[in-house]
Amino acid sequence: MDKIMKPLPIIDNDSKFFWEGCEKEKLFIQQCQSCSLHIFYPRILCPHCGEENVTWVEASGEGTIYSYTIARRAGGPAFKEDLPYCVALIDLKEGVRMMTNIIDTDMEAIHCNQQVKVVFQKVGEMTLPMFTPV
Amino acid sequence: MSIKNAAAIVGVGDVELEEGKVKDGLSVLQIQAIAAKRALDDAGLTKSDVDGLFVAGLWGVPGVGTFPSVVMGEYLGIEPNYTDSTQIGGSSFEAHIGHAAAAIQAGLCEVALILYGSTQKSERSRSLAGRPPTFTAQYETPFGLPSPAGAYAMAANRHMHQYGTTNEDLAEIAVATRKWAQLNPYATKRDTISIEDVLQSPMITDPLHILDCCLVTDGAGAVVLVSPERAKDCRKKPVWILGQGEAHSHWSIQAMPDLTMTSAAQSGKRAFEMAGVGHDDIDFVEIYDSFTITVLLTLESLGFCKRGEGGDFVKNQRTAPGGDFPMNTNGGGLSYAHPGMYGIFLIIEAVRQLRGECGERQVKEAKIGLVNGTGGTLSSTSVVILGRD
Ligand SMILES: [Zn+2]
Repeated sequence: MDKIMKPLPIIDNDSKFFWEGCEKEKLFIQQCQSCSLHIFYPRILCPHCGEENVTWVEASGEGTIYSYTIARRAGGPAFKEDLPYCVALIDLKEGVRMMTNIIDTDMEAIHCNQQVKVVFQKVGEMTLPMFTPV
Repeated sequence: MSIKNAAAIVGVGDVELEEGKVKDGLSVLQIQAIAAKRALDDAGLTKSDVDGLFVAGLWGVPGVGTFPSVVMGEYLGIEPNYTDSTQIGGSSFEAHIGHAAAAIQAGLCEVALILYGSTQKSERSRSLAGRPPTFTAQYETPFGLPSPAGAYAMAANRHMHQYGTTNEDLAEIAVATRKWAQLNPYATKRDTISIEDVLQSPMITDPLHILDCCLVTDGAGAVVLVSPERAKDCRKKPVWILGQGEAHSHWSIQAMPDLTMTSAAQSGKRAFEMAGVGHDDIDFVEIYDSFTITVLLTLESLGFCKRGEGGDFVKNQRTAPGGDFPMNTNGGGLSYAHPGMYGIFLIIEAVRQLRGECGERQVKEAKIGLVNGTGGTLSSTSVVILGRD
């Protein structure tokens, strides 16, 4: 039987620059030029002040784990072979939060507020930003 | 503007389940029709009285989620003056109550029928797989979060980290809810469970065990809401809408501002203010229990206890039969039934409690009840406060 493919991002006009950045192993987020706050996920208007003046900036790739879970049942058949695996929410230094996997570490030692940094991981045809403890 | 006492619930209806499934292979349209007929009979009304139709669902024609009120209007032979298919997940029906009461108050309709049905268990359509990786889900689904349990698990882990809440605290809720189910002959799960059973049950996604998670069942429910004038002629005594509020704070769990507090803080506050009652006036609560953590966060968000004190609040089976805080008196989504979007069943149970129809599980002197719906990944909330004369 063919291997079940993992669901990969379906790129759209909001996300194209972000996923192209990941391909080059760079983590881009948006910053509003009107209110100077950072934005993730990317969008056409600033969700903080409502202005259109948003630009891309490269993020530090450093942050902390806000929360996490260790999946013991897979979130779909394609993830079965990865069990157990960690899905986490990362608070980047820039003040935005993003979902990711925590990799290359002891699953049982993962905890809230743990410091992590981005590592880029090839999945199928795409590169996803994942994180690992520093 | 307030909708206090603008409308009354005069009819409720649902369908029986066998091991969580509807009988005889009934379809999602059939079970909604049966529930609707029972609710109208309960009220002493017929379908020709209905001029407002409110339907939300996870089914649809031609596809998932499309045209639910239009399809059910056709199926039932109802051509409403007022139609609403607001779909905010499990809290949709608490929102429908508010919308229907406002429409009735504005004179746009007089008799509103709210409907829901699902055959997800019979169809085996439920899985832990995430949403298609399009639009805003493209930043989540590729990471394999078990959906929706994983999002609730992350909320639980954060609450545990910030406040020292334990798995035992969460298990108190599962055990107390099961005790209510044992008093409800229609509940799906009625065997006795202990705190230890919950802790020993298989882990789904840390820290949530399978007994922290709601059931997957079929189900259908209907609620009939009318103007004060029409309520005078109905078969059953009215259950009044005293207050209602609704809110949402995010859709994707990564956009939830604070994983330890839901927007019930806002929707609940509005409902309490509208009703003009305080927490001590509430005789029982029906709190959406998709997961044990949902209940704990909601109790704090509604202000029944301080932030971080939810674990202490539910200790020693306080919410069980005989406890001083009756909660989820039909056995909840954890043990009674959970057909995808559970919110309508919370309303139905609250109405039956206020009418004194609950037999063994009847809360004594139940005069005012609070109902909270939660949808998505702790995304949307709606609160209704109900009372009898
Ligand atoms: Zn801005």
